[in-house]
Amino acid sequence: MSRIRKNPAGVDPELLVKDSAKLMPDPTRRLFLRGGASLGALAFLTGCDIVDSASAEHVLMKISYFNDGAQAWLFNPNKLAPTYPDSAVRRPFPFNAYYPEEDAPEVDKDDYKLEVGGMVDNKKSWTLDELYALPQETQITRLVCVEGWSAIGKWTGTPLREFLRRVGADARAKYVWFRCAEGYSTSIDMPTALHPQTQMTFKFDGAILPRKYGFPMKVRMPTKLGFKNPKHVMEMAVTDKYLGGYWEDQGYNWFSGN
Amino acid sequence: MSIGATHDQALTPAAPTGAIVHPLWVRLTHWTNAVAMVVMIGSGWEIYNASPLFPFVFPRGITLGGWLAGALLWHFAAMWLLAVNGLVYLLLGIATGRFRRKLVPIRPGEVLADARAAFIGKLAHDDLSVYNAVQKLLYLGVIVAGIVIVLSGLAIWKPVQLQELTAAFGGYDAARYVHFFAMAVIVAFLVIHVVMALLVPKSLRAMITGR
Repeated sequence: MSRIRKNPAGVDPELLVKDSAKLMPDPTRRLFLRGGASLGALAFLTGCDIVDSASAEHVLMKISYFNDGAQAWLFNPNKLAPTYPDSAVRRPFPFNAYYPEEDAPEVDKDDYKLEVGGMVDNKKSWTLDELYALPQETQITRLVCVEGWSAIGKWTGTPLREFLRRVGADARAKYVWFRCAEGYSTSIDMPTALHPQTQMTFKFDGAILPRKYGFPMKVRMPTKLGFKNPKHVMEMAVTDKYLGGYWEDQGYNWFSGN
Repeated sequence: MSIGATHDQALTPAAPTGAIVHPLWVRLTHWTNAVAMVVMIGSGWEIYNASPLFPFVFPRGITLGGWLAGALLWHFAAMWLLAVNGLVYLLLGIATGRFRRKLVPIRPGEVLADARAAFIGKLAHDDLSVYNAVQKLLYLGVIVAGIVIVLSGLAIWKPVQLQELTAAFGGYDAARYVHFFAMAVIVAFLVIHVVMALLVPKSLRAMITGR
């Protein structure tokens, strides 16, 4: 998915950042090392006398992959995220992306077709009307951003596992991958895709999902950090191939479970 | 040997030559913890900066990671070191009786008297194997802060899978504040601890060589 990196407009729906400079690395300073603590810590982590930043980054990524496994082990497919009363919903709900709100992609509702691919029996595309006809549920859950802040929102849509069942997805596959209108992408583990609260979302707070929150469809999963919840989803694929994602490819932990 | 020894530690003569003040496991876990803490604090400050709880941020020059993703990689790597090493330290501290011998009892009167003596420069450090009341309070306090920072960190990291723990801290947002204040306590301890080690260099030597 290298094309995503070439598309500066394609960015996280959900990773949310009012101030992109805060999140994005300075290209001259891509490496993770900063501050006086680096050298001692590095020497320790790499076991090398001669320390270079690339090898430290390599070791840190290895540990991050280990942490993917640790979180998958900790993930309980039957454990539900806490839910809240309607009065707890944050209104207005914070918009977050590293593009300004007016740059959110505009998806035409009549042209929209959700593409479904990979290890599924039925690869037909879905129009918005067909999607809206699916059974829907509402959840009031907490979105936790990788930055640390959180907000409670109200999302309505179809459990992803119900949709995956209908398209005949191979539940033994490892991943479900999402591609978004802006060029954003992310991928999740199958147990999370099948979690009862993982939802193809069509409404926010009772109204059709507005553009800023991901029209026409986002995928909401309270068991993962906000940036794992893609907006403006155009395509999903069930796959055994690790495809990473926009932020994941830049160093954010892939599993990022809550 | 002192005949009138009243303290079990007094069987080790004051300022001995050759007596072990800190056994090897204490020294190993101490320095491992020092590395882990520095990495956790430096990367934690960078993570804090992404969504500050208070109207200030930490200067970039003293944070670790360069940007949020880098800081998170450091934080979630060093957490294993901090937690496993901390657990080993706690288990050995209890099993060997070291905590019981060295850190308790703490009597408020002694703390006040020793604190007063320390401020006027009259608190003796002749026998490194015996902690004064202020030391006991600080060492026990930082152990408690260490436990709190690990638990509150888990509560923030896994507010769904460990939601009972998160609820025990008063919810996700409250746990972030607890995590921050536990950090502040540890950093305050660290400042005092390093200053004291420099003022009493033989204590630093003892933590390296054991004697």
